[in-house]
Amino acid sequence: MSWDISKMNEWKAEEFPRGAVIPQAGNSKDYVTGGWRSERPVRDDAKCTQCLLCWIFCPDSAIDVEGEKVTTFNLNHCKGCGVCANECPASAIEMVPEGCELPEVK
Amino acid sequence: MATQKTLAVTGNVLVAEAMRQCAPDVMGAYPITPQTTIVEEFAKFVANGRVHTEYVTVESEHSAMSACVGASAAGARVMTATSSQGLALMWEELYIAAGMRLPIVMANANRALSAPINIHCDHSDIMGARDAGWIVLFAETAQEAYDNTIMAVRIAEHPDVMLPVMTCLDGFITTHSIDRAQIMDDETVKAFVGDYKPENALLDTDNPVSHGNFAGLGGPYFEFKRAQRNAIDRSAAVIESVGAEWSKICERPFGMVEGWGMEDAELAIVAIGSTAGNARHVARELRAQGVRVGVLKVRCFRPFPFADIAEALAGCKAVAVLDRSESFGAEGGPLFLEVRSALYDRAERPAMVNYIYGLGGSDVKLELLRQVYSDLSDLADGASTPGRLVYLGAR
Repeated sequence: MSWDISKMNEWKAEEFPRGAVIPQAGNSKDYVTGGWRSERPVRDDAKCTQCLLCWIFCPDSAIDVEGEKVTTFNLNHCKGCGVCANECPASAIEMVPEGCELPEVK
Repeated sequence: MATQKTLAVTGNVLVAEAMRQCAPDVMGAYPITPQTTIVEEFAKFVANGRVHTEYVTVESEHSAMSACVGASAAGARVMTATSSQGLALMWEELYIAAGMRLPIVMANANRALSAPINIHCDHSDIMGARDAGWIVLFAETAQEAYDNTIMAVRIAEHPDVMLPVMTCLDGFITTHSIDRAQIMDDETVKAFVGDYKPENALLDTDNPVSHGNFAGLGGPYFEFKRAQRNAIDRSAAVIESVGAEWSKICERPFGMVEGWGMEDAELAIVAIGSTAGNARHVARELRAQGVRVGVLKVRCFRPFPFADIAEALAGCKAVAVLDRSESFGAEGGPLFLEVRSALYDRAERPAMVNYIYGLGGSDVKLELLRQVYSDLSDLADGASTPGRLVYLGAR
């Protein structure tokens, strides 16, 4: 089913599904959790060998890949754990502190 | 055609019979005195093929209620039974069952809580769990325990409610004493409770849903609690209508409160459970002597019938509220606090005394109840109260 949660912050008690049920499957990507992050990964395209180990290791599936190449980090879900930077054999990923600007995360 | 059979039977056996007739899909069960014979009888029904229930024997009450929560979320009609320490061990899951809005029905054989260890009747177990969000019904007799169990299924599963219901009966006094009671024929009960049509069932794989979700970090937890409050408030009308419907079939009255002599009573005892019978016995004696006494029995504790109680007691001169449990350090026992609060908005309020009685099965002798009415009579004549809180019959 389609479940529009765009106005959830305005819903009254009786408008929520009973018992905090989520009446839709596979919608965890709609739940933005990147705001927990204190550091973000930054990838150096010149050093990256596209081995995709970061994509394999990322516990949050937050490495976006297109055509078998890493394109970007999904900062809506990246928690900044640094596993990708630690595992990268080419040291192509650096963790940098989050500043006050978080353009990708609402 | 509804046909009833009169039996000489214990409360527990009759509750097990009611559960069999309601035919739950799942029972997560763990034995504890004085509830054991409910799940024991029910296990026999399962073993003999008289009911097709998935009977899950678990390792504790914590697991029993966890199994019930899981099965109910999966879309099953679920029943179980517990008592005392077992109910205490279910503490976490009681709140979860209510918060997840799962219509589980559980019998609770009221028994004291440790320490010291005691297996006999008082209401400490349920009163400790009274704020968990369950609807709470009390039985005076085996008959009422039977009726409550059947009504509980309809109340819990009503779309306006969808909350768990606990049906309480007094440990040993009601659970184990052989009492005269009527049992309805299976077909009538089956038709009355109907089939359970779950919404949001985990096993409905065509409509996948997720249960037990997170609503913190600024999420709508507060709104979910408000929805729960709305549901239990709405349940009052459902309890009344389901009670009226069952009453018509079984020809036994049901009220969230039941009065005896309350039409013109000057002195009244408010009580829960089996003690209401003792109080009526004494009240009959006093009525025969011309004393205007009454008994108000509270059959539904959650939602609490504030308006009915205020209405029933408003004309009295003096009222005794009998609590079979403590709320240590509070102004009185749980029932007293609610009853006194029910009268707060009334212009005329009767004098009111709280008696804590019968803890750990301490005998509720008739002379103790005569003493209560005698105290009330003095109070109505302007005497000072026998005390704000009286331990009735305690040395």
